[in-house]
Amino acid sequence: MGQTFSEKALGRKAGRPVKAGEVITVAPDYYLSHDNSSAIIGEFKKLGLAKVVAPGKIVIVLDHIVPAADEKYAQNHKTIREFVAEQGIPNFFDVHAGVCHQVFSEASFALPGAVIMGSDSHTTTYGAFGAFAAGVGRTETASLWATDEIWLRVPETLRVEFHGAFPKGVYAKDAILKVLGDHGADRANYEAVEFAGPAAGEFSLASRMVLCNMAAEMGAKNGYFEVDGKTLAWLKERAKGPYEILKSDPDAAYEAVLKYDLSALEPMIACPHSVDNVKPVTAVAGKPFHQALIGTCTNGRLEDLEVAAKILKGRKIHPSVRTLILPASREVYLEAAKKGLIEIFLEANCVMVNPGCGPCLGAHEGILAPGEVVVGTSNRNFKGRMGGRDSEIYLASPATVAASALQGKITDPRTYVS
Amino acid sequence: MKGKIWKYGDNVNTDVIYAGKYTYQQLKPEEMAAKALEDLDPSFAKGVKPGDIVLAGKNFGCGSSREQAAACLRAAGVQAVVAKSFARIYFRNAINLGLPVLQCEAAVDALVAGGEAEIDFSGGRIIANGKVFTFPPLPASVIGILEAGGLIEWTKKKLEKK
Repeated sequence: MGQTFSEKALGRKAGRPVKAGEVITVAPDYYLSHDNSSAIIGEFKKLGLAKVVAPGKIVIVLDHIVPAADEKYAQNHKTIREFVAEQGIPNFFDVHAGVCHQVFSEASFALPGAVIMGSDSHTTTYGAFGAFAAGVGRTETASLWATDEIWLRVPETLRVEFHGAFPKGVYAKDAILKVLGDHGADRANYEAVEFAGPAAGEFSLASRMVLCNMAAEMGAKNGYFEVDGKTLAWLKERAKGPYEILKSDPDAAYEAVLKYDLSALEPMIACPHSVDNVKPVTAVAGKPFHQALIGTCTNGRLEDLEVAAKILKGRKIHPSVRTLILPASREVYLEAAKKGLIEIFLEANCVMVNPGCGPCLGAHEGILAPGEVVVGTSNRNFKGRMGGRDSEIYLASPATVAASALQGKITDPRTYVS
Repeated sequence: MKGKIWKYGDNVNTDVIYAGKYTYQQLKPEEMAAKALEDLDPSFAKGVKPGDIVLAGKNFGCGSSREQAAACLRAAGVQAVVAKSFARIYFRNAINLGLPVLQCEAAVDALVAGGEAEIDFSGGRIIANGKVFTFPPLPASVIGILEAGGLIEWTKKKLEKK
């Protein structure tokens, strides 16, 4: 019997072949944290160590509440900056850089075959580059700083195969929402999700990041796309260190295989208050709302902003809607500016929000009042997440959100995409 | 110890257990306990007593990796969360913070909110209304962390041995 990618990646770290279900102890390649580093520092100090074991493996990106929204957040950031200096942590990204998952990927810590732990649930994103990446909590990250070790259960793998090609107006976000709606928010609990099939190579790296990001919403431990020419082209420009390409064997054992024909998909939307309450956009079209959000670590990359800008170009946002544009990183923002997209957004009356997590987790920069409705491109629509307890969150593709923002009501983007 | 049962449905997510707006404020345990389940059941934080038990359906704790979603229940004195299944990061976080998380579908189906139950951790049994429900024992690595009082204490011991 062959091995899955996850068995190979974890076996490489364990120094022996491993099988799904085994519990092993490994030393990861990197461990990511963000504004929660301040709390992690608190836990680390309880351990009584003067120094972290492997400062080069620690990657810290300030992104959740940036720039600091109040004095308490400012103190958190200050604590982190002082710790970074004192410990000699080389990989620190301050408030200008963007959302940790985008920044971590752009800086190419997300390498094929690498084992990455992140103190954030969407750490699964790096599977887009052929890495094994899983989220953990703060206390575990503190323990990693102190020991460079973590216990992991080798996951079973769910394979999701795509064939066909996307119709006009349908995107990666619609595909993952469709899978979530069909199979539920716990379908891949404790499992790896391998996105594969003849059409997998058609997904851009940005689109692969959408799927791996939202694998977390299926309960997955990690998401994964096989390394191909697109990945190698990205790495050629950016990879700082050596890496090892690991692929599932043809006779690897999967928990199950799900098959999807991309050409049969239509624009989808997750309705309040769970990510798997998914309907075709046409089923809720016409629903009025108050705020649109285009961006975040799920859909804030250049290709997403390009799709939105194409729809918004030369038009104005509906006066009853406020539209926030939240690029995933400084690099994305800069590229969008060079391409003239920012001008299109401003002409359309959008609000440019600095790269970061901002309103997505209800921290600041666009919080909802009670009873308000947001249509956004982020990854979670839990009750109260973006503000008032009875506010509502709908999740869709950048095209659906842009088209809806123009109409002031939920709108099928295919009317704008020729 | 007997405890009162609080019962909830499937997919109870970390945002309703502990809202994002508090996640990056560093609150004391008693302040965290006062926010527990705020967006799911506002009566919980006011009524919960030490030793109470939270029962839930499948995928308890899905969503964010925020640890306070486990810490706030522990701070509220909850002796265990019994669910049909747990989201994986929540499961790890709960163990790491010393909050027992037990998987027992039969107990969740049979028991009702407001009732009482008793948990025999070493025997792997939940006893209520004269009925006994068994749950699979936790893996040895996990019991070690729980017995140490959480991951920080466990790691301290490991570092001392080195």
